[in-house]
Amino acid sequence: MATRRVGGQTIFFEDLPKLVSAHTIVGKNEGQGPYSEYFDEILEDDLLGQPTAEKAERQILQQAVEQALSKYGLVPKDIQYYVSGDLLNQVISAVFSARNLAIPFLGIFSACGTFAQSLGLGSILLHGGFASKVLVATSSHYQTAERQYRYPIELNIQHRPTNQHTVTGAGACVLSADGEGPKITHVTFGRIVDMGLKDPNDMGSAMAPAAFDTLEKHLKDIECSPDHYDLILTGDLGRQGFKMLKIIAEKKGLALGTNLQDGGVLIYGEDPKYGAGASGAACSAVMTLGYGLSLLREGKIRRLLLVGTGALLNQLTVQQGDSIPTIAHAVAIEA
Amino acid sequence: MKPQEYQQLVRENQPPRRTWRNVILAFVVGGSFSLIGQIVLDFVSGVERTTDEASAITLAIMILIGAVLTGLGIYDEIAEIGGAGAAVPITGFSNTVTAAAMEFRREGFILGMGAKMFVIAGPVLVYGILSGFLVALIKSVVLGYF
Repeated sequence: MATRRVGGQTIFFEDLPKLVSAHTIVGKNEGQGPYSEYFDEILEDDLLGQPTAEKAERQILQQAVEQALSKYGLVPKDIQYYVSGDLLNQVISAVFSARNLAIPFLGIFSACGTFAQSLGLGSILLHGGFASKVLVATSSHYQTAERQYRYPIELNIQHRPTNQHTVTGAGACVLSADGEGPKITHVTFGRIVDMGLKDPNDMGSAMAPAAFDTLEKHLKDIECSPDHYDLILTGDLGRQGFKMLKIIAEKKGLALGTNLQDGGVLIYGEDPKYGAGASGAACSAVMTLGYGLSLLREGKIRRLLLVGTGALLNQLTVQQGDSIPTIAHAVAIEA
Repeated sequence: MKPQEYQQLVRENQPPRRTWRNVILAFVVGGSFSLIGQIVLDFVSGVERTTDEASAITLAIMILIGAVLTGLGIYDEIAEIGGAGAAVPITGFSNTVTAAAMEFRREGFILGMGAKMFVIAGPVLVYGILSGFLVALIKSVVLGYF
């Protein structure tokens, strides 16, 4: 059987999976950023009147999923698989969001790179003929992530300029074998990269080598230079990680131009309140489905490469002195 | 690129620590809390008879101020500016307890708030009591109480 692999790490599709419907929801802070016009829904209350932030996060995810379905006139039973994940232990928001859908569910985790991973896996399911429609979604919430990975919200902490702020929000989309919409052409799943960095306050620097590794592999596999893409969107490196990515690329002789942007740098603008910028599983989801997809649909760009980055740490590994393993998955989307 | 090389590269390219700015702001913020404490102490001293009673009431009032500012969501903003100036005074200790209590209230009064209220403040108590004991022990030995 012929494989659909090209180079060492990349897969390609012939019957291109299409992003037929998408919906993005962001919290209040993200809604005040410079990219707010690209998001479908901006919350007035990040808690949606729920008693806990965990309940709020899963409701945001659920709303994004429902909207993504109804926009295209679909109901859950039209979908064969729901591929979803978030930042919380046991991907619990995704689990709860799947509870009412009553369709086969695949919960996945790549921290902030979860969205790219789910897009890739969803496309494989479609292309393999195992499904005609796959629902893909991820979420994150500032308050739930803070308490799981860091400290109580109101604690007297002075944040460092390299700290990143978890995006509150969710992005959901429907991948379909037929229909109209931007198409997924290639996927490069990344390897775990660990450069021995241990500072959980600087995840950008930790993730940059993973982003570079996957980006370099992807370009080599498809035998293209970076300007093959009109936009290369890294997930959430933040200002510090983005700077490190450019430094690594320069050292390795890969010329990255102005087509390289980072979701974490963009979403909050220059506001120093958010440290080095945004992070979170929702960051790459809302930036890809909101910003990226709009540009593709309006014809402002033709080719988009999402490089979803994730820092795979938890509080225990940090306290036990382990370094931070990181990953990046690349998904190429074409108008 | 070797991990050591990259770690060096990251160290060279991290934003500089704004030590002087932080030190000055910590001094101003910490000093402000102390000033408020002093005003409260002077006021209370006029009412109470002994210094011990007056300082105990002052501490209670400062703890209350820290807790209320935390509840209103202001204390973490002050700490963002003042750093150690907001963390070290007793208002900061009050903040660590109150912030944890607020955070874990959602898991219930017993296993949430009750169990986790001292999750941040705990080490301060443990090592505070331990070092107090050690200092007292040394003092006793040096002064020949044994």
